Amino acid sequence: MASKTAVFDDTRPIGTIPAIPLADIAPWAVFASVVALILLYLVSTEQGAFALFQGTYVHEFVHDGRHLLGFPCH
Amino acid sequence: MTRHLLWRGMLAGLIGAFVAATFALLFAEPRIDAAIALEAAHAMPGMAEPELVSRATQKGFGLYTAMMLYGTALGGLLAILFAALHGRVGRTSPRGLALMLGLVAFLVIVLVPAIKYPPTPPAVGLHETVRMRTGAFFAMLTLSVAAATAAFMAYRRIATQQPLDRLLIAIGLYIAVVALLQLLLPKIDEVPADFPATLLWQFRLASIGTQGVFWLVTADLFGRLVEPRLSATTLRSWQVAS
Repeated sequence: MASKTAVFDDTRPIGTIPAIPLADIAPWAVFASVVALILLYLVSTEQGAFALFQGTYVHEFVHDGRHLLGFPCH
Repeated sequence: MTRHLLWRGMLAGLIGAFVAATFALLFAEPRIDAAIALEAAHAMPGMAEPELVSRATQKGFGLYTAMMLYGTALGGLLAILFAALHGRVGRTSPRGLALMLGLVAFLVIVLVPAIKYPPTPPAVGLHETVRMRTGAFFAMLTLSVAAATAAFMAYRRIATQQPLDRLLIAIGLYIAVVALLQLLLPKIDEVPADFPATLLWQFRLASIGTQGVFWLVTADLFGRLVEPRLSATTLRSWQVAS
């Protein structure tokens, strides 16, 4: 939290908004990207080009969203 | 600080996706139904497979679930990108930056990939080529994002002081890279000869419109949610609180 204190210091002129240190963003960025990739894979591709689960239930369930979001469906 | 933005990004994405799914239910679902009816009319008698998920579920619960998963994921990524850019580029207000990011996202991950590989309704596309089509589509998507990132970095490094010149050079660079990619990536044309051109057009318009609604609502809502939190005083109070 030391870096945060330095960046949001009161001595900065009022009105200029300090940037968030990249080191603060990094863990959130990595975690959000990983979760987003998994969700997007399930919505866009699972049981289409590839299948982790047997059957076609996931494909059929998200079918309309997949077509509308522009992903190749079947 | 990042976690506050991430929460709001995911919430904005969830609501944006809900609005977009409702738009899709009204404007796109009739086209999907029409395409499925055509597909069924073409199928050989007795070959029709039993429905695993009913049409009612597909266009209701299924559509909303798919859109809201997609929306939450991309709303989160929008928040992360916003966190990294806020205070580092230009002097736009938080709402202005959020709307600009939404517009760029719509162009880079929806419109440009759709120029090469437009969304297709049911009954269009051969089952045998789904792997190739998926690979080509994701290549287009990823390379479009990469080209936009490169153009953004170029924008920051171009020596000339004229902001409009730098912007035009960066946009030109993006267009040049993307046009070359679209020339090189495989051509896919699997629309059956007797598929109605009007239905194809209407489906594509509704599909791109759905994503436009998603990005507009998500970006503006995100901007509205974070703007009051990003004043200098609020930043200081958070610093004390955490």
